[in-house]
Amino acid sequence: MDAAEIHRRLRDKLGNSVLPEIKENEWPVIGVLPAAIAESCRLLRDDPETAFDCLSNLTAVDRKTDDLIDVYYHLYSYGHRHKVNLKVSCPRLDPALPTVSTIWPIGDWLEREAFDLMGVNFIGHGDLRRLLMPEDWVGHPLRKDFVEPEEYHGISTRRESLLKL
Amino acid sequence: MSTTSIEIGLERETPAGLETEEMTLNMGPQHPSTHGVLRFVVKADGEIMRRAIPDIGYLHRSIEKISEKVGYHGFMPYTDRVDYVSAMQCNQGWAIACESLAGIEVPRRGEYCRVIACEFGRIASHLISVGATAMDIGAFTPFTHALREREKINDILEELCGARLTFNYMRIGGCAWDIPPGFIKRATAFLDAFEPLIDEYNELISFNKIYTERMGNVAPVSAELAIAWNLVGPNLRGSGVKYDVRKDEPYSVYPEFDFDVPVGEGKMGEVGDCWDRYMVRMDEMKESCKILRQALGGLPEGPVVAKVARTFKPPVGEAYVRVEGSRGDMGWFVVSDGTAFPVRTHIRTGSYSAMAIVEVLSQGLMIADLIAVIASLDIVAPEVDR
Amino acid sequence: MSLINTLPETVVTSKVDDVLNWTRKSSVWYMLFGLACCAIEMMQTGGPRSDLDRFGAVPRATPRVSDLIIVSGTLTLKMALRTKLLYEQMPDPKYAISMGSCANCGGLFQLAYSVCDGVDKVIPVDVYVPGCPPRPEALTEGLLKLQDKIQQERWLVRAPESAAV
Repeated sequence: MDAAEIHRRLRDKLGNSVLPEIKENEWPVIGVLPAAIAESCRLLRDDPETAFDCLSNLTAVDRKTDDLIDVYYHLYSYGHRHKVNLKVSCPRLDPALPTVSTIWPIGDWLEREAFDLMGVNFIGHGDLRRLLMPEDWVGHPLRKDFVEPEEYHGISTRRESLLKL
Repeated sequence: MSTTSIEIGLERETPAGLETEEMTLNMGPQHPSTHGVLRFVVKADGEIMRRAIPDIGYLHRSIEKISEKVGYHGFMPYTDRVDYVSAMQCNQGWAIACESLAGIEVPRRGEYCRVIACEFGRIASHLISVGATAMDIGAFTPFTHALREREKINDILEELCGARLTFNYMRIGGCAWDIPPGFIKRATAFLDAFEPLIDEYNELISFNKIYTERMGNVAPVSAELAIAWNLVGPNLRGSGVKYDVRKDEPYSVYPEFDFDVPVGEGKMGEVGDCWDRYMVRMDEMKESCKILRQALGGLPEGPVVAKVARTFKPPVGEAYVRVEGSRGDMGWFVVSDGTAFPVRTHIRTGSYSAMAIVEVLSQGLMIADLIAVIASLDIVAPEVDR
Repeated sequence: MSLINTLPETVVTSKVDDVLNWTRKSSVWYMLFGLACCAIEMMQTGGPRSDLDRFGAVPRATPRVSDLIIVSGTLTLKMALRTKLLYEQMPDPKYAISMGSCANCGGLFQLAYSVCDGVDKVIPVDVYVPGCPPRPEALTEGLLKLQDKIQQERWLVRAPESAAV
């Protein structure tokens, strides 16, 4: 099934929660409003015509200039060999999205990673802890305005260059 | 928490006067049998695990953030370190992602050089994997056999690009160097010597009774479970799903080569058990040899690298590219804003999902089997953490 | 032919320190402690071609019986605290080799927010092996340098302030 058809089906069911334009690409990008992302994922997985059984990737992107955080969901269907990329934009101050970890189990870790590194809150996740950074780490390091701490547990994070004599 | 997590009843009859309680064991981050710095918190009832909770991030080197500071060309050496066991495919993934952003076409000879480098890398990686699996199970000798051959591949790749492990061979638009004189002869000689050795390994370990008992029927993953957890590459094929990015979403010049996609058949138990995952890697080495022979034989003439500006500024947009790494389908996501530095790079790797599924797979297994599961999933720490 | 009764009773004179050091340096047991890329090269150093066993260095699985810790690879802040703990668990006399640029000074990952720039911020280092990653030959050379160092140590006659080793 091609992207336009997937887009049409989604819009039939969810109306204006799915943005009207579609960006043709190798992974066609369909914009979705934050509140509808979990619902559209569920529809896309459960509809036997689309059957997106795999969440290939989930990435959060910090668009500091637009004051937004974009989250990309790359969905793939092993049955039909088609693919789509759902894109959600949420405000940078308090990014919050409904979880997809109940739809695809791998979403659990991918969302924890996005929370850890970018500070996106996934509502309904249930176990939203840091995944990669230590539990006592402060801040979300992949944000553009993240400042590296001077030291961590007494270990300084700076090193004098040996070339500056 | 997740839809597919299984609740296994481990309640057994406890003789009167005896009490049992759940034991929490810590495995790693320094543990000789976890590949690299992985940590598991094992909740066990005696020898039987209720579950093993993976704790990752001990090798989180912020490679994704570094890409935002060093630019497109400068990021190439870092891609080696995403998966140091088989760095070539990571090189290729990044190069293809950038090329697809900017619409660059790679010369055919460059593509062939890439394929040659990648397939040698795949053999080298699978050798480490099968050798380490055998070592973790308790057989040290196969590991030395595997390393002996890996050293020879290291020599070949060193000839190609000057490095043994972290190659930095590919460039956006092609490869850094053409193949050196006499390379084809030496590479073919290696293949001639290596192909019979795969059968020797099979005789030595794969069909060894102790080995098959230890690996067969342990932690089978059904095809549905594998797809839901986004298992990729040999782990997915071990579960019987015939899917290879090189075949099903072709990139580079892979459609020109004739090779098979081995899948797990459940010869030693259920489909998708540890032995199947292991055996898929063995068979893939043979397929890689096949591809290598065709690529070495049909190497076209011409340049190996296209003309690409030094300050590489791709147009605004995003690209998500998947290549078949040694640990499977590796996704490279790049967002460009038109400047010389990417806005965001995200690498979705095979070991990441393999690590995530351990929590489900470990339920009800013996503690010793956890080692077999990790080894058969071929988890490499930097790929999990990046 | 048996050697018994064929040689006169042989006496070799040497210093006690020399004999002690010679025995110690010939059985440097290193801990299996792979961190990152260099761990693969460390594995190959112990492998069939360069064979570190020739110099009496064999891998041990636990810090409790190891003499040497080879810090092979990038040390993240999360791992740094554990590395310190591991080093403290080793019995004296103990040695440390810092293998590769990352362990020496942070190397390629000096730009990173989560990396400890150099293992010498956490534990004392005896030998630094440069390279990214160092070849097996380089690590072997590092071990030989460490053996030289061990050979020169003095146990019986030494200054009082260095008595607490």
